[in-house]
Amino acid sequence: MHGRLKVKTSEEQAEAKRLEREQKLKLYLQATQAVFQKRQAGELDESVLELTSQILGANPDFATLWNCRREVIQQLETQKSPEELAALVKAELRFLESCLRVNPKSYGTWHHRCWLLSRLPEPNWAQELELCARFLEVDERNFHCWDYRRFVAAQAAVPPAEELAFTDSLITQNFSNYSSWHYRSCLLPQLHPQPDSGPHGRLPEDVLLKELELVQNAFFTDPNDQSAWFYHRWLLGRADPQDALRCVHVSRDEACLTVSFSRPLLVGSGMETLLLMIDGSPLAVEWRTPDGRNRPNHIWLCNLPTASLNDQLPQHTFRVIWTAGDAQKECVLLKGRQEGWYRDSATDEQLFRCELSVEKSTVLQSELESCKELQELEPENKWCLLTIILLMRALDPLLYEKETLQYFQTLKAVDPMRAAYLDDLRSKFLLENSVLKMEYADVRVLHLAHKDLTVLCHLEQLLLVTHLDLSHNRLQVLPPALAALRCLEVLQANDNAIESLDGVTNLPRLRELLLCNNRLQQPTALQPLASCSKLGLLHLQGNPLCQAAGISEQLAELLPLVSSILT
Amino acid sequence: MANDLPSEFDVIVIGTGLPESIIAAACSRSGQRVLHVDSRSYYGGNWASFSFSGLLSWIKEYEESTDTLNESPAWQERILESEEAIVLSRKDRTIQHIEVFCYASQDMCEDVEETGALKKNHASVTSVNYTEASDSACLPTEDESLSTLSFEIPAEQTTSSNPESAPEGNYAEATEEKENHCSDKTCVQATSENVPTAENTGEQPRENIITYSQIVKEGRRFNIDLVSKLLYSRGLLIDLLIKSNISRYAEFKNITRILSFREGRVEQVPCSRADVFNSKQLTMVEKRMLMKFLTFCMEYEEHPEEYKGFEEITFSEYLKTQKLTPNLQYFVLHSIAMTSEATSTTLDGLKATKNFLHCLGRYGNTPFLFPLYGQGELPQCFCRMCAVFGGIYCLRHSVQCLVVDKDSRKCKAIVDQFGQRIIANHFIVEDSYFSEDTCSNIQYRQISRAVLITDRSVLKTDSDQQISILTVPESEPGTFAVRVIELCSSTMTCMKGTYLVHMTCTSSKTAREDLEPVVQKLFAPYTKKEIENEEVDKPRLLWALYFNMRDSSNISRNSYNGLSSNVYVCSGPDCHLGNDNAVKQAEALFQQICPSEDFCPPPPNPEDIVLDGDSLQPEALESDSMLHTNSETHKESPYLRSPVEPSE
Repeated sequence: MHGRLKVKTSEEQAEAKRLEREQKLKLYLQATQAVFQKRQAGELDESVLELTSQILGANPDFATLWNCRREVIQQLETQKSPEELAALVKAELRFLESCLRVNPKSYGTWHHRCWLLSRLPEPNWAQELELCARFLEVDERNFHCWDYRRFVAAQAAVPPAEELAFTDSLITQNFSNYSSWHYRSCLLPQLHPQPDSGPHGRLPEDVLLKELELVQNAFFTDPNDQSAWFYHRWLLGRADPQDALRCVHVSRDEACLTVSFSRPLLVGSGMETLLLMIDGSPLAVEWRTPDGRNRPNHIWLCNLPTASLNDQLPQHTFRVIWTAGDAQKECVLLKGRQEGWYRDSATDEQLFRCELSVEKSTVLQSELESCKELQELEPENKWCLLTIILLMRALDPLLYEKETLQYFQTLKAVDPMRAAYLDDLRSKFLLENSVLKMEYADVRVLHLAHKDLTVLCHLEQLLLVTHLDLSHNRLQVLPPALAALRCLEVLQANDNAIESLDGVTNLPRLRELLLCNNRLQQPTALQPLASCSKLGLLHLQGNPLCQAAGISEQLAELLPLVSSILT
Repeated sequence: MANDLPSEFDVIVIGTGLPESIIAAACSRSGQRVLHVDSRSYYGGNWASFSFSGLLSWIKEYEESTDTLNESPAWQERILESEEAIVLSRKDRTIQHIEVFCYASQDMCEDVEETGALKKNHASVTSVNYTEASDSACLPTEDESLSTLSFEIPAEQTTSSNPESAPEGNYAEATEEKENHCSDKTCVQATSENVPTAENTGEQPRENIITYSQIVKEGRRFNIDLVSKLLYSRGLLIDLLIKSNISRYAEFKNITRILSFREGRVEQVPCSRADVFNSKQLTMVEKRMLMKFLTFCMEYEEHPEEYKGFEEITFSEYLKTQKLTPNLQYFVLHSIAMTSEATSTTLDGLKATKNFLHCLGRYGNTPFLFPLYGQGELPQCFCRMCAVFGGIYCLRHSVQCLVVDKDSRKCKAIVDQFGQRIIANHFIVEDSYFSEDTCSNIQYRQISRAVLITDRSVLKTDSDQQISILTVPESEPGTFAVRVIELCSSTMTCMKGTYLVHMTCTSSKTAREDLEPVVQKLFAPYTKKEIENEEVDKPRLLWALYFNMRDSSNISRNSYNGLSSNVYVCSGPDCHLGNDNAVKQAEALFQQICPSEDFCPPPPNPEDIVLDGDSLQPEALESDSMLHTNSETHKESPYLRSPVEPSE
């Protein structure tokens, strides 16, 4: 019929396609082989550039070939005149851009561009910034390009204010952009450096309020967008707490000095140096961790020579100096006392408010109000609920305890996928609150029974606790960090789901251990207890291992020092 | 000359409006022999766009309203005993109440000419078209004809002091320029080539005072639509343009903002996620309320509990029951759903809102696209596709009558203005071609239109290149909401420094009576002196045109008297914002004509075309290879991109 086209059938089309692909593959393999042969033979000349560009032009993710190109360019740099080199570089930049158009997320290509630019005597950074802007216009979330932009901005010393304006423009287009928010969090502290005395990485209040408004716009517009919430958290969070020596404890009985730090560290030769001065004179001691493993730990201890504990003198003074952390603490052991200590108070230092901490609580208060407003509109938004909990903790953990627990319940219901994470977080907060309460009461007894705990944390804060009640929780392990409780005498852990006792080790004062109704399967699980020399009473009723025949004999053999074992 | 036209076709299409052009393309694409005629000298009928001088000629034509009864051979001689005729109308009766107002200063010399341009006119381009059509079966855009024309044009310009006397070639010339933009892959370049002339003339006074003579002089920068429509980004027309690959013949721009007019103030409506985020006028809580409601509307069908019990009431009442401030209710009702306060039901409103949101984000932060160079481009794109597949085009070619066989009651042929009898199986006729006898039972509705040229935007922002849509709600019961579309110069529809404003509503009175109150609210007439009062803040009117257009949509085919079953009626433009009506109509009629054929499938890859000798027109091949390069570089609708973006 007039004007009607005859078109190949689909089989014919498929066959034509297949042949074409076959041909392509053949060429690809030939070129690859040729490159490798030349490289092996050391023929690093322009022909290698030509061959690799054929392959990389189609598949820019072939990292080895980029390496070949680098070798060739290095080689040519020694042979060519400056003019020739300039032309070479220009061609290379053009080629790189064409590869980026094939795959704008090719690691190798962006890396090669970085490499090339940093070798140039006079790189054209303005052109590179323009390139980034172009690629980010196509995909504003291309983090490869963001990375490259940060590299260029740093090399070209672009003023942070300009870069900040750039992130503004991209956030305006689409605020679901982690890279853009993140870049702000890097640029703002540069733009508004705080005085040395203040905490690092914090923003002045006027800047902070402006950023909070911006990010609020985002999460009121779309409360399910995570990027805004993460930025919000950064705005309200604070830099790492300063290094500190939290507690020093001396025990006459065990002839032992224990130190607890604000962060886990590795003390020893070539690592952190810890100096001990006894009554004004230095003493060389051997530092170790409570569990005996030479790994970073919050707690480090050493044995003291008997001379230093002479009970005849009115007192002994122990000074510990942490040189790198620029911190020291002193404690005094008085005549007739078994122990002496010095420690920072958790209540004074607000140790547990490190999740969020803006200096001005008015800012936190107003953030809490807007989040509650949002929560009324979006009762099931998990980000909003979590932020409310964090804000409440930052404001006053004890005052808001009850409300916080209710929010946890709602949060768990709307976000069941993260139930375990939330349980752990809740456990952590409850434990922190209990520690605060204990300190207010000025006792060394910690009650944590019936709290639905799933995990134990902050154990390094409990160095001085003598009685710990963990009964009726959902604990599955007594973790290694429990070994930090050097003063612990009685540990009640009935009615949990404990399977492992790794942390009940080297506790010099532990006398009673109650483990009824747990999930201890094998007598070997009790092995760590053998290192607790004072342990006299052990309750194991209601554990699976009690069913085994001859269990009493086995246990007596395993724990010969324990006088009373109830099964 | 007339004898050059083949005497037999499968399908004859009369009228080059959008639905007719789509059908012509679809039929031609599926192998039908198509003859496509229009009695006018330009493509598109009431869907056309005009340069300023073209529009003046168009106005003049209707004002003169003389019956163009030229000496045509009598059709009666061509009819056999066993046949009868359905006589077609010789006069267009679709446009009424034309009123023109000029506010810009006219004190400069009266007879300014449009630079490099010519008037639409009704002389003898037919001959050019004819030779074209008969030997190449393609649009009159071939190089051959162009070279002929370009010889003639300079002569016209230098000698003719009266623009009306320019006798030749305007249409083809103008088309050529556009075609170049559209078919060439480097559209951006083509576009920017065009702009500097306007910029470099340097004749615009610094104070931005634009005189009438400047408008006339720069008249070719204007492409003034008779119908004012936009394309919904996911509307049927966009889908069709993409599916058929016809999108490559046109370029589009995203509408940049949605405006509302409330309490005497124009403000921007935040409708996309980014708009809501950036909005300074909404409170935090309002942002959440609006987003929440819009999110619900996106999938309202899945939450019937949310609107159950509200189906009987109006959408505006329903909005009051939702957690929305009055501010937000207004935005949703008038600017997003764009529904009537008094008559639209809850479900109408939800459906309209969903449609709006569904279209958001496909090509930008608003749901609408506008074709560069005007809506009038669209029918031509389809005509071009039709021609590529062998359709024959004749403008200024009127048809005297349809010939009906008395026994079978089928239409057999047409008799054209030259008395030639042309046979076909199917006849598609646009409504306006029927005589008063045929339409005597029909009560037509009317559309009120205003076209304004203004000196600044109704809402000033950093960028002066904004394309805005604004709905002004009905002021009293019985009247209708007025749709305002403001186009900036980068849409290639008006000269630099001006804005082209289109107003549209369903008529209750004459166009001026319907629309003037809104014009007065938004604009102030241009005066030479800057009066020191608030009025100065309003954009000033330079020129205004009002007219009523017949709305022949939604008319039952049975209402037409005595049509044969193989005569199909296409309606003229409707009053709606989108083009869905035209596409639906075209597809439905195409299915009747070619029941088993696919509607506008994509053209095959040139690689897949089997060449055997002379079965193929060289033109078709050439166009197809062009198409292939495009389809390889762009996955979806290559030209549905903003041309201001740098090409990658």
